[in-house]
Amino acid sequence: MSLLKLENLSVTFGNFRAVDQISYSVNEGEVLGIVGESGSGKSVSSLSLMGLIDYPGKVSADELTFMDQDLLSMPEAQRRKITGSDIAMIFQDPMTSLNPCFTVGYQIIEALKTHQGGTKKELKKRAIELLTLVGIPAPETRLSAYPHQLSGGMSQRVMIAIAIACNPKLLIADEPTTALDVTIQAQIIDLLIDLQEQKQMGLVLITHDLALVAEVAHRVIVMYAGQIVESGPASEVFSAPQHPYTQALLASLPESAAGKARLEALPGVVPGQYDRPKGCLLSPRCPYATDHCRNVEPASQGPLERQVKCHTPLNAQGRPAA
Amino acid sequence: MFQFIFRRLSLVIPTFIGITLLTFTLIRLIPGDPIEVMAGERGVSAERHAELSAQLGFDQPLYVQYFHYVTGVLQGDLGNSLVTKEPVLSEFLTLFPATIELAFCAAIFAILIGLPAGMIAAVKRGTLFDHSVMTFSLTGYSMPIFWWALLLMLIFSVNLGWTPVSGRIDVVYWIDDVTGFMLIDSILSGEEGALSSAIAHLILPSIVLGTIPMAVIARMTRSSMLEVLSEDYIRTARAKGIAPWRVIIIHALRNALIPVITVIGLQVGILLSGAILTETVFAWPGIGKWLIESIGRRDYPVVQGGILIVATIIIVVNLLVDIAYGIVNPRIRHSR
Amino acid sequence: MTTETLQAPAPRTPLQEFWHYFKGNKGAVSGLVFIIIICLMALFADVVAPHSPSDQARDALLLPPAWMEGGNWAYVLGTDDVGRDILSRIIHGARLSLSVGLVAVTASLLMGILLGLVAGYCKGVVDTIIMRVVDIMLAMPSLLLAIAIVAILGPSIVNAALAISIVSLPHYVRLTRAATMAEMSRDYVTSSRVIGASPLRLMFICILPNCVAPLIVQATLGFSTAILDMAALGFLGLGAQPPTPEWGSMLADALQFVQRAWWVVTFPGLMILLTVLAFNLMGDGLRDALDPKLKQ
Repeated sequence: MSLLKLENLSVTFGNFRAVDQISYSVNEGEVLGIVGESGSGKSVSSLSLMGLIDYPGKVSADELTFMDQDLLSMPEAQRRKITGSDIAMIFQDPMTSLNPCFTVGYQIIEALKTHQGGTKKELKKRAIELLTLVGIPAPETRLSAYPHQLSGGMSQRVMIAIAIACNPKLLIADEPTTALDVTIQAQIIDLLIDLQEQKQMGLVLITHDLALVAEVAHRVIVMYAGQIVESGPASEVFSAPQHPYTQALLASLPESAAGKARLEALPGVVPGQYDRPKGCLLSPRCPYATDHCRNVEPASQGPLERQVKCHTPLNAQGRPAA
Repeated sequence: MFQFIFRRLSLVIPTFIGITLLTFTLIRLIPGDPIEVMAGERGVSAERHAELSAQLGFDQPLYVQYFHYVTGVLQGDLGNSLVTKEPVLSEFLTLFPATIELAFCAAIFAILIGLPAGMIAAVKRGTLFDHSVMTFSLTGYSMPIFWWALLLMLIFSVNLGWTPVSGRIDVVYWIDDVTGFMLIDSILSGEEGALSSAIAHLILPSIVLGTIPMAVIARMTRSSMLEVLSEDYIRTARAKGIAPWRVIIIHALRNALIPVITVIGLQVGILLSGAILTETVFAWPGIGKWLIESIGRRDYPVVQGGILIVATIIIVVNLLVDIAYGIVNPRIRHSR
Repeated sequence: MTTETLQAPAPRTPLQEFWHYFKGNKGAVSGLVFIIIICLMALFADVVAPHSPSDQARDALLLPPAWMEGGNWAYVLGTDDVGRDILSRIIHGARLSLSVGLVAVTASLLMGILLGLVAGYCKGVVDTIIMRVVDIMLAMPSLLLAIAIVAILGPSIVNAALAISIVSLPHYVRLTRAATMAEMSRDYVTSSRVIGASPLRLMFICILPNCVAPLIVQATLGFSTAILDMAALGFLGLGAQPPTPEWGSMLADALQFVQRAWWVVTFPGLMILLTVLAFNLMGDGLRDALDPKLKQ
């Protein structure tokens, strides 16, 4: 069953479209990977799911439903009941994501109290359970620790404990390991995947680590300049990319450059507010771009479970089809 | 925590020594012969000159003079007023409650208005309210408060007749000086109308004295709040589904207050120096007016002692603020 | 691949960039305009002012402003108790306030830069001594310290200006020292040192230009403090002595006119407020325009 469904979701800041008409869905127990470079709209789109886009940002969509409830039309207070309990989120930098003025225990219990309530003793017991669950040693003493006394990895574990406190059905992880040491990164991902399997949550994993997505995600979405350029089952997208951008991303991995003198890199940068090309947004950087690409914006094509936004999708040999 | 307080305390001692040196030196910087200057136009006879010189210790070497000065200060001996012959400390203690009362009311006024105004301005950033708060606070910050006092007096006392012009209480009341605080003494006196008269006399001076601190607090609260509101942990709090007011009051305000507390502490200096101007305009019998009158009378021991006490009070308050800062901010409390 | 679409507009010079940000700030620009007007007024006071500031019109004592009943257009803002034209006194007062501000700010800026550079460059004992003294001065409210200094040296404009420049010293010392310390650890300073640049060259040619932005802002704000403190000292009778036309001392005996001549009280103070406000507005604008952190 589809847990979260969005249809043509856009987030605009004034004239700038940070997220441009994206559509996807997440099923129960599914891991969806969203990849793309910085500024591609990955984080903004997930913040909009949590209702965390502030003025002057504006969210619009043909459909934005969670378990068949319309998130956009419901009153704020009702939406807050879902935010933090049924949909939870963890963020990029755990060291700044915890409030420095309050203890770890306070911040976990606050989440529990907001959505579930209970006596002081129950809440504390539950918080200790959560800390144990996320693999923090000596949880009883950690409850009274302040965030600055924790390492980055520990802080991210606390963030995860806060996020899963109310047994969410959908967990959004926005680059959960980017700010951490390489050795810690694997531990945190293992923990997330363990918890996801245990609780059969839907997990949206936002990252620019392609190898990670290839390993853990069921399905993957590739974003570029606020648009979804390609989507499909992770294995297919990575083994046979149909969009030139996905191909370029994969080519830029150090693994695929083994034996070559230089790492492949896509020239240029993601277009900003003032230099948005007329046709396909990738056309200035795309090695296969034609005049048609530069003048006419492509539509998404292909079956629903395997879409690509390109006039000339790549074939199995990695060359433009037409 | 104990170590933290101890460390702060040890930093205060050199500052205090510096201030005694300063006040000690000041009086010796008077151009010409200090005794002649103190005597003013009346002049002084040769034996009176020698007598005064011995009394003030001017005939001894400087370091001996300083040593005597500091030992005296530590025992609470700040010398005697040349005019009233009263000990400086006891004169100060009689007048100080009036200044505390005024400064306290001004601080309450400044915090009660400045803090919420700055907070709401930050939350409603870019709105008309925000712009008005910023305009008002910049104006308040630029205000020559002696003129502000005159202007308010012109409008509210003279034209509208709402508030009395000067003093601490109406002359018809004769209030026993029990605590020195007019608000308390007027209640203790049991006289009908005394309290409301005391309050009416306090309103304008408090507003005048509180204007600059209010502006500073509002600006500081706003910018600190804006900074905190863009922090990651505020996003985390909102992602928990907490009500917006709770995010602002519990999560943002606590962090935003940390720099504001320091700023509020710094206002004590502004309040005490502002009291000099405010008390002069409103004929408020406190230490500010006392200091200015003593300067006019060339009563140097009073000037010297008064400045020393005021500076000491400011250092002590800053120390307390520092400690309070440590209590609110766990990072500081633990790191030392 | 087309490169045209990716080309950035020609980079602006630092000055152009500064002006671009500064002119976007309406408050700062209006502050600047007001300051220019006041400066011109002060420069050409003899031409602009309708009367001499000390001329006493015996037949026109405490005349109300021109637009009020009994007013006279010869005395636009009215006259004081000895028949002097208030407008002319305000115009001449601008000369005094601005020049005192200029002298005080320049003096404390120069001293502050010197002490700050030395403290930041030498470190160790010299630094400790300078900074302790600065801390002690900062512990005292500036007006109180200024009053103390003037009380000892005797009330006069010169002493008041001296007192004001002494009390504003700590801010400049602190700023310069902090900037110096930050720059000292940069590689380019180390490399000039390795080449064999003399300490003086290091301090003034390498390091100082990098502290200019915050010093400009502080100096602008220092102007407003100087004018405000000067007026306060004048009001208390510790600054300019009568009959000098100074904004603060014009208010010194205004208390007795609160009941009968509001114009004697209102206009000089309004002038102080507006001038101080203009400098503060401009200082804020300068800070925003010069602070690279706030630039997008």
